[in-house]
Amino acid sequence: MIRVFEAPFDPAEALATFIAGAGEGAVVSFVGIVRGEGGVETLTLDHYPGFTEAEIMRVVGALIARHGLSAATVIHRYGTMRPGEPIMFAATAAPHRRAAMRALDELIDRLKTGAPFWKKERRAGSDHWLEASDADRADAKRWVASDG
Amino acid sequence: MFGRLSHLAIDSRDVPPSISDSAALRAHLGDQWPELNDLKVKMAVNRTLVHGIVPIGEDDEVAFLPPMSGG
Repeated sequence: MIRVFEAPFDPAEALATFIAGAGEGAVVSFVGIVRGEGGVETLTLDHYPGFTEAEIMRVVGALIARHGLSAATVIHRYGTMRPGEPIMFAATAAPHRRAAMRALDELIDRLKTGAPFWKKERRAGSDHWLEASDADRADAKRWVASDG
Repeated sequence: MFGRLSHLAIDSRDVPPSISDSAALRAHLGDQWPELNDLKVKMAVNRTLVHGIVPIGEDDEVAFLPPMSGG
């Protein structure tokens, strides 16, 4: 299930809900928390309603098929957040742990570069738009060989 | 318009009816907003990314997407 919304959420509740429907085997989860390094006061995410969800669903659907997952979920916030707030929750479930772990690693790498969000940091009172970092692009490329 | 292009105020009523594909629309709007000529800015038509040139009619939803920051 993919959900993109503005309100704060509780990752523990998201995990409990996911586990309840995940089936037997392994569940692996990830929580992204807004970083305050470099004097970031707020982080604002812009998205394209409908398009953003569809692009995330495309990535998740491919991973479910390739890794034989029994379930996968992505919860992602948009709007303005402060350092320390959860911004994203992702989880995968599979009959065996390696598939769930590998799929989640790939999912996060792909979302870090490919998810249609536009991020703006506010530092010292002024706004700066961000692009995906070179390190994130390099991480996403780890998986290119397994495309197709 | 999203991200660093969100300040652009493009009015679809300003697009002449002779514009019938994505390349012509980008060229037309790029005259007024040079940011749109940047090839890193992608286009989506009806919420699908455009690869190459696709036809565009007056009922289509067109979006210009600056480089994404990721999730």
